[in-house]
Amino acid sequence: MARTTSPPEPETATGGPAAAPGDPGTPLARRADAAGLGRALAGGFVLPGLVLIVLFLVVPALWTIYLGVTNYRLTGLAAADPQLVGLDNYTAALGDERFRTSLWLTLQFVFGSAVLGQAGLGFAIAWSLRDRHGPVRRLVEALVLLAWILPSSVVAFLWIALLDRDAGTLNALLGTPGMAWLLDHPMLAVILFNTWRGTAFSMMLYGAALQNVPPSHLETARLAGASTWQQLRDVVFPRIRGHVLTNLLLISLWTFNDFTPFLITAGGPEQRSEILPVYVFKIALSGGELGFGAAISFLMLLINLVIALVYLRTLGQRREARR
Amino acid sequence: MAAITLHRLGKVYPGGVRALDALDLAIADGEFFALLGPSGCGKTTLLRTIAGLEVATEGTVRIGDRDVTDLQPGRRDVAMVFQDYALFPHMTVEENIGYPLRIKKVPRAARHDKATETAAELGLTGLLDRRPGQLSGGQQQRVALARAMACHPQVFLLDEPLSNLDARLRLEARTFLKRLQRELGVTCVFVTHDQAEALALADRIAVLESGRIRQVGTPVEVFRQPANTFVAGFIGSTPMNLLDAEVAGDAVLVAGARLPLPAPVRALVADGDRVVYGVRPEYLDLHPAPVPGALAGRVVVVENLGSSSLVSLDLPGPDGAAGAGLQVVVPEGREPAIGSTGWAVPRDGRSLVYRNGELLHATEPAGATTDPAHAVGPAADSSVTDSPVTDSPVTDSPVTDSSVTGSSVTDSPVGGSVPAGGAVAGSAAGSGAAGGPA
Repeated sequence: MARTTSPPEPETATGGPAAAPGDPGTPLARRADAAGLGRALAGGFVLPGLVLIVLFLVVPALWTIYLGVTNYRLTGLAAADPQLVGLDNYTAALGDERFRTSLWLTLQFVFGSAVLGQAGLGFAIAWSLRDRHGPVRRLVEALVLLAWILPSSVVAFLWIALLDRDAGTLNALLGTPGMAWLLDHPMLAVILFNTWRGTAFSMMLYGAALQNVPPSHLETARLAGASTWQQLRDVVFPRIRGHVLTNLLLISLWTFNDFTPFLITAGGPEQRSEILPVYVFKIALSGGELGFGAAISFLMLLINLVIALVYLRTLGQRREARR
Repeated sequence: MAAITLHRLGKVYPGGVRALDALDLAIADGEFFALLGPSGCGKTTLLRTIAGLEVATEGTVRIGDRDVTDLQPGRRDVAMVFQDYALFPHMTVEENIGYPLRIKKVPRAARHDKATETAAELGLTGLLDRRPGQLSGGQQQRVALARAMACHPQVFLLDEPLSNLDARLRLEARTFLKRLQRELGVTCVFVTHDQAEALALADRIAVLESGRIRQVGTPVEVFRQPANTFVAGFIGSTPMNLLDAEVAGDAVLVAGARLPLPAPVRALVADGDRVVYGVRPEYLDLHPAPVPGALAGRVVVVENLGSSSLVSLDLPGPDGAAGAGLQVVVPEGREPAIGSTGWAVPRDGRSLVYRNGELLHATEPAGATTDPAHAVGPAADSSVTDSPVTDSPVTDSPVTDSSVTGSSVTDSPVGGSVPAGGAVAGSAAGSGAAGGPA
């Protein structure tokens, strides 16, 4: 799909199909239209991709925005004849205690499991394995990767089995029978779960990034007497800042939209682990309030955009500073 | 400022590769010391073990009067300049130079003063606010040197200091480095695979091969008196000629020729001993006519070296087959024609005899008998002065084999006027030789 975005670039500079193959007098035009297809033909190649994008991305997005300003419901009278309600859904959401709690929980979830958990743990593993080869490294990598590639339903079952009150593995290990982890600490449980689940990506990304740090730079710092922390601060992080930002951008967005915690706690107990994706699911599909759910979805989209913009701006500033 | 003493130093990498093998080495205070050897000989490992970046598996390293074998690199009071300079790209030149001071918690103002002062010594004033990416290779190297100097270490370690510079800058940097080391008077160890660099820079050189030191000595010693055939083959811009020989009385038989046995070794060998006769291409004089005590061979290749040419001769083998090759450096304007026969005479006191790969030398070194004019170094030896050459120029004569044996060197002009009998080889020789003097 991503490929469909690049072909329009060359055809913009061409003067049309006529200028492309036969006209040797305009080297600029020939360079701009490297494939020599001409505008119509190139457009023809792009068209199927564009149609698919419009059908499956643009239309549903617009449809969601439309639904967000109606009182559309899954069942009942409003399902047959939805009415426009303006921004009522948005004001209701923003004024709703449950939405604000959910947003707060989501931020905790993102910061705790993505930024601290996955990125932190992933970097720590990558850093400690950087000079290692052989069975230890392969074993750690295999275990971390395994958590990433297992199906969500399987890992959800594993975690419930681990944390279960009556027959849970953790209680058996710790000798604390009857400890209801999922009821007493639901947010902590899903944060730990998501850290465990997603660390592999960060580990691999940082593992690759650390290869970019020249050993001689680290050794120069060591010869100057720098501690491990000083080496990280002065040599490693300045080198891999771009990787860190890209990694944080991706895992923040993924975690923000992650629905898997629902499989473990179902948002409970008493909505204490009800992050936004779970909240939307409950409102729109369990509760049937499609219009309200669409409004919240749109709010989530906006928050995602803000997160992405912040990271991209930081990344851009870094590039500016380098010049 | 401190001496470095290595005692039975060994390094075995996990997996069993032995990089250093029970090395003993003493580097004096204030010495400019070179570790020289082919790639994989352990020279870089040795340097890194002195720095503390590699941990010795046996033996001790002492810097000054401290045993530093188990100390972290940061506590050894050494500074190292890496081959790639390892400048931090996100820091300015000033920050780079001041970095070791920053780690040592020197206040900002003092750091700034020190960086400015060091930069001025190395001619980096005005570049302090630049980033390494905006500097030339030579400037980057000086920044790396300044960073090493800024905290006044006891020992400087340089890993291939000149290899990242282009040929012209390399000469400049070489002179600069040597002067800087003299001025600072700091003990300095550098690693190089380039024997010319080691000869030019170092006070003393250690030649390494597979984790062992094969010879330690001043450049003159290492060049004049290579202790074994490995060093002999490694040192010198053109490798030494090493020819199988047999002792016969007070002479050696080499490739059918009878050459005088160097005086100091006469007492050390017996008749019939199998030895290796070594002589540098620079210490051979090529004659176009037969002379006594010369190695005769057919000229096969002439390589122009600028002010001189390197001539390769094929010596006759024992049973008429092609034997060993011999290389001779001839001064400008005396290149022989390809295909002709040349007679190479070793200069007095410059040939060496090896038995079982080791140099045979008496208590009085053979090199000591040579005239003082050559004491400066190997470069002076390519001079034409003391070579007894015949008057007639050998060079621009497109001659065939038969005409040379008659020892008459024709003055026929070069170019298209090759004698009728001149085959392809003859004309090729003519045009090849013409390249030099013309």
